[in-house]
Amino acid sequence: MHYLDANATEPLRPEARTAMAAAHDVTGNPSSVHAAGRAARRIMEDARESLATRFGVRPADLVFTSGGTEADALAIHALGARRRIVIGATEHDAVRVAAQGAAILPVDRAGVADLDALALLLADGPPALVCLMLANNETGTLQPVAEAAALCRRHGALLHVDAVQAAGRMAVDFSAVGADSLAISSHKLGGPAGAGALLLVPAVSSIIPLIAGGGQERGRRGGTPPVAVIAGFAAAALASGDAAGMAPWRDVVERAAVACGAVVCGAGAPRLPNTTCVALPGVRADAQVIALDLDGIAVSAGAACSSGKVATSHVLAAMGLGALAGQAIRISLPWNAGADDVDAFAAAYARMAARLNPSRCVGLGREADQAHAADRLGAQSRVTVPRADPIVLTLGAEASRPLTLRGRGF
Amino acid sequence: MPNQPPRPNRPVYLDNQATTRCDPRVLDAMLPFFTERYGNPHSVEHVMGNDAEAAVEAARAQVAALVGADVKEVVFTSGATESNNIAIKGTARFAARMGNERRRVVTVATEHKCVLESVADLADEGFAPVFLPVRADGLLDPDALRDALTVPTLLVSIMAVNNEIGVVQDIPAVAAIAKQAGALFHTDIAQATGKIPLDLDAWRVDLASISGHKLYGPKGVGALFVRRRPRVRLAPLFSGGGQERGLRSGTLPTPLIVGLGEACRLAQAEMTDETARIAALRARLLGQLQQDIPGIVVNGSMAARIAGNLNLTFPRATAADLMARAPELCVSTGSACSSAAIEPSYVLRALGLSDDAAARTLRIGIGRFTSPADIDYAAAALAAAHTEAQAAAQ
Repeated sequence: MHYLDANATEPLRPEARTAMAAAHDVTGNPSSVHAAGRAARRIMEDARESLATRFGVRPADLVFTSGGTEADALAIHALGARRRIVIGATEHDAVRVAAQGAAILPVDRAGVADLDALALLLADGPPALVCLMLANNETGTLQPVAEAAALCRRHGALLHVDAVQAAGRMAVDFSAVGADSLAISSHKLGGPAGAGALLLVPAVSSIIPLIAGGGQERGRRGGTPPVAVIAGFAAAALASGDAAGMAPWRDVVERAAVACGAVVCGAGAPRLPNTTCVALPGVRADAQVIALDLDGIAVSAGAACSSGKVATSHVLAAMGLGALAGQAIRISLPWNAGADDVDAFAAAYARMAARLNPSRCVGLGREADQAHAADRLGAQSRVTVPRADPIVLTLGAEASRPLTLRGRGF
Repeated sequence: MPNQPPRPNRPVYLDNQATTRCDPRVLDAMLPFFTERYGNPHSVEHVMGNDAEAAVEAARAQVAALVGADVKEVVFTSGATESNNIAIKGTARFAARMGNERRRVVTVATEHKCVLESVADLADEGFAPVFLPVRADGLLDPDALRDALTVPTLLVSIMAVNNEIGVVQDIPAVAAIAKQAGALFHTDIAQATGKIPLDLDAWRVDLASISGHKLYGPKGVGALFVRRRPRVRLAPLFSGGGQERGLRSGTLPTPLIVGLGEACRLAQAEMTDETARIAALRARLLGQLQQDIPGIVVNGSMAARIAGNLNLTFPRATAADLMARAPELCVSTGSACSSAAIEPSYVLRALGLSDDAAARTLRIGIGRFTSPADIDYAAAALAAAHTEAQAAAQ
């Protein structure tokens, strides 16, 4: 199995595993005052300091949460109180659902938010909270958050940045971004699932909690913090540099898809180096994903479905991709991806495209098209295309139950 | 005069109501899901995701089995604090949105801080919180609950086992009173799960909050029981990807959930034997302390109490002094959440203890990994510390 679905979750980094194993040897509750409690607290505060240094915030201004979704919800709950809310059209559901009734900031065809529209929106009306993600989870498109931050400052608006997909894959320095809050997630940067953090500027650091309780996190988030998970989170953050080295492999993936007639969504915009979203005209995304899965490649659909009913991705729809929005798949390279993963994808994609979209390959012929793709990858990755009989994929028969695609995974 | 026993080579941990050691068998069950089996359980399009999802569902069944629930009634959360927040705020907000005119929310003065704060927060939203007193033994007087319910009530929240004094409320009885009055019934079972037999379905409980790290599972995971027949409706605390049937969004932490499931499975298999063993250890500790420190008092009912808890008021030394003189012994002055802020426990106050007596009180939590040697060390260390403190005061 070649796992190319890092934006759903990253494989755990060994550094995180080691840190968690050490933390698991400590029993205490970090709020207890005895020796065991103090040992647990030390692990947690060391982790807080590491993360704070890594992402450019004071340790006291970093609030641990259960993950990215809760960090986004906490930011909107606390900073959005008594403010009107403006969100980018391609924000993650964690922001979209928490900010119901928000004004929507349009994006261009590459998925980049329209800052002129933001300036107009902020020009009049009551004080706003603007939510703009650093990197999109489906396309990897980066938003001009620093420019947006300057605009927000000029108009007395606050800015929340969802950096869940960006952290660990590109330089993220909270103080340089200029936002008022920023959300990060452990399992998207190679740490364990179950922890995230909200970074705050000192001016808004004393926020009202979303989860009330024992006064942990300086009264900003109740509940016993998961010490071992947090230790793994920090170790993974320190181990993650940026994913710039992934860009050439990402380009190989894209060329292989384009050679089979695919279109790259978000091309032209600055994007995450590990992520691409490619649409194959005329072929449903779920059929592509299932065919690739049967061929040993784990990727995901750009479009999210619910209860077997295909719903178009709000991200791709906002980019104006029309029917292509239901025909796009996301390939996201994990930190431990290797050349063999990329080569295997290219070969499997060519087989899949030849089966599901033979008409597209008529011009070149399947073998010729495949050889063309393989040439670009070098001789090492040359593959033989099996003489594939067209197969009919019936959703619900192939899948053991109706497809339901939910959550941060997308 | 008792002398300080030889120092152990590691702290003696008797604070198992604050948190428990993650059972090594739980850790073993979790590890593959941190390493090779790392799929996102919501990525149902590929085998890695399906594998994670199957593990999550197996864990859900293990949790359900331990508490007497249907598998579909278990919603995973980040812990009992979050579960309590969702249960209390979620049911109240949903009912108000549906036009329900009941506003009263009844709870008990000795509940965990997160329940008290969640209920108190609802006052800002037009609800009417009621905090019932307890008797001197820490138990709720059923008549006090009946009286409170003469005003139509939306929700009653009563914990099964108290986190400081370990007393066990009669949940089947109070749930029946609440249901009779047409109220929803929520119970915080963070300290009860795996410690006493639970049958949420038969007890007619509507909502119940579960914690992983109080039953030898990992920190960072918990669950909320939400009854399906009749269906209990509630508004989520925060939303997003719509996981957990829209009740709790966010990527499920598969390894932690697998750990919670395994912890529940172990608890179910071992509860009877473990309870007997821990009860014997407690009897041994209490016997030694009563012999060495005449005048020591146990707070809260001894009859209706989990096996692992003691809450003791010492005659002539403060808890802070005792802890300072026995640094290798991990015990506490009360709830861990607030123990950094040394102020008298509101639970002990609710029992009628003076601030002076509360300041001389320690909570001792015996658990799965406590050995008889730990107990003997604790008894000797506390007796010696008490003698030293007394001598220092004279």
